[in-house]
Amino acid sequence: MNAISLARIGALALRYLYLLRGSWIRVVELAYWPTVQMILWGFITQYLAGHSDTLNQAAGLLLSGVLLWDILFRSQLGLSVVFFEELHSRNLGQLLISPLQPVELILSLMLVSLARTLIGVGVAVMLAIPFYGFNLFQLGLPLLGFFLNLLLLGWAIGLMVSALVLRYGMGAESIAWAAIFAIAPLCGIYYPVATLPSWLQPLSWALPASHVFEGMRAVLLQQNFRLDYLLYALLLNGVYLAVGVSLFLIAIHKARERGSLLQSGE
Amino acid sequence: MSERPAIEVENLRKYYSSVRAVDGISFVVATGATCALLGGNGAGKTTTIAMLLGLLLPSHGRIHLLGEEMPRHRQRVLPRLNFSSPYLDLPQRLTVAENLTVYARLYGVGHVPERLATLGRDLDIDAFFKRPYGSLSAGQKTRVALAKALLNEPEILLLDEPTASLDPDTADRIRSILTDYRDRSGATLLLASHNMGEVERLCDHVIMLRAGRIVATGAPRELIQRFGRKDMEQVFLDIARGLQPGEAAA
Repeated sequence: MNAISLARIGALALRYLYLLRGSWIRVVELAYWPTVQMILWGFITQYLAGHSDTLNQAAGLLLSGVLLWDILFRSQLGLSVVFFEELHSRNLGQLLISPLQPVELILSLMLVSLARTLIGVGVAVMLAIPFYGFNLFQLGLPLLGFFLNLLLLGWAIGLMVSALVLRYGMGAESIAWAAIFAIAPLCGIYYPVATLPSWLQPLSWALPASHVFEGMRAVLLQQNFRLDYLLYALLLNGVYLAVGVSLFLIAIHKARERGSLLQSGE
Repeated sequence: MSERPAIEVENLRKYYSSVRAVDGISFVVATGATCALLGGNGAGKTTTIAMLLGLLLPSHGRIHLLGEEMPRHRQRVLPRLNFSSPYLDLPQRLTVAENLTVYARLYGVGHVPERLATLGRDLDIDAFFKRPYGSLSAGQKTRVALAKALLNEPEILLLDEPTASLDPDTADRIRSILTDYRDRSGATLLLASHNMGEVERLCDHVIMLRAGRIVATGAPRELIQRFGRKDMEQVFLDIARGLQPGEAAA
């Protein structure tokens, strides 16, 4: 294995920074959807708070759910959409004949995804304070653990989706948007896993995000930080990330076999 | 002690199910030489170059570049290599300077602003450094792609249609830049081209491909004599049509 170069990872991250810097619309777009979601769920929370004991007890339950969900959604999208940029601009071949290693490509995609997630969700989190008097940071130190786990899962799914697009072409691009929503009902964003039919619950517990959202409810409803949820999520994320990275590297290897790196594009 | 050739290819094959894109070719290109890969569409030129770059894995055969086995030791070779081709693009929304800066950093080039200034002057692209790459004409893009290919002062420069879409004046200038670069740096050039005048002017060796196989090799002057023709254009047509030396001229 060749040494990983931080300079090359930084160089590719710079490429995505240039892209963002060149278009303020792209920056606004990053924060737009998380903010709209936050506003919508803020009003729903206000309405339901008068009708629900649970919501009265923990007013931030829905807003915490939606903002944490957006961390997962934005980190996945942040990785795969940025990778698709390379395919759209027929630049992937140029990158792969440069000294950049596929692992460095993955690491730079992760770095950019982190930046995009922080910008996108960060704006919504900060706006929730004046809008609804809701501060996500009330979750305290566990928020860091929740953030890390959702970020890792987002990257893992983003890599799996990118591998699929590399294998099946840009026609599979819509999977990037659909994949994450396929797991949304299963990971208990707004309701406990116990709400799901018993036959679905094992599937739900196999998702790191379910442990994060259960952990979030434990903090908000019982003021209890459950380390076991965090550790399960980390363990599962290790597996998901290993699968995501492997699939992505295999997809690049297969593309080298098929010669599709010369033709990648729209 | 004789120096090892810059490019060594041995029994290289690339098969796609039943299609034999490259079918057992072997050749060497001496260090500092300029060699042309010629052939009609589908002859296997781009496939061969892609395999040299490690962008395509061979079905069979061995490649050594600068004494290193490819693609096994890709990381040792790629920093010393570069490529320009109309088949690969650069990010459209980034400016020319941004694109070149990113690639300069990827190749670990020192003193990036100075290097960009030199290339901008040599290739006459500094006037549009601040323009998005996607807004350039085809000819301007070709020059920027060449600037990207020269960023790391490669020991082996692979070129696919280096002067395609350029007006005669600019094309002539590019050829001068390439020969100057080769003479100054001692680099090895391998190019695929359909411009036979260019091949005669730039290349000291030619490899003719047809249906994935090498059908003729030699210096341009040698091939012209062997086929009893006036120039490489006619030699190219003879070979592309499957004619043997002297067959058409007779």
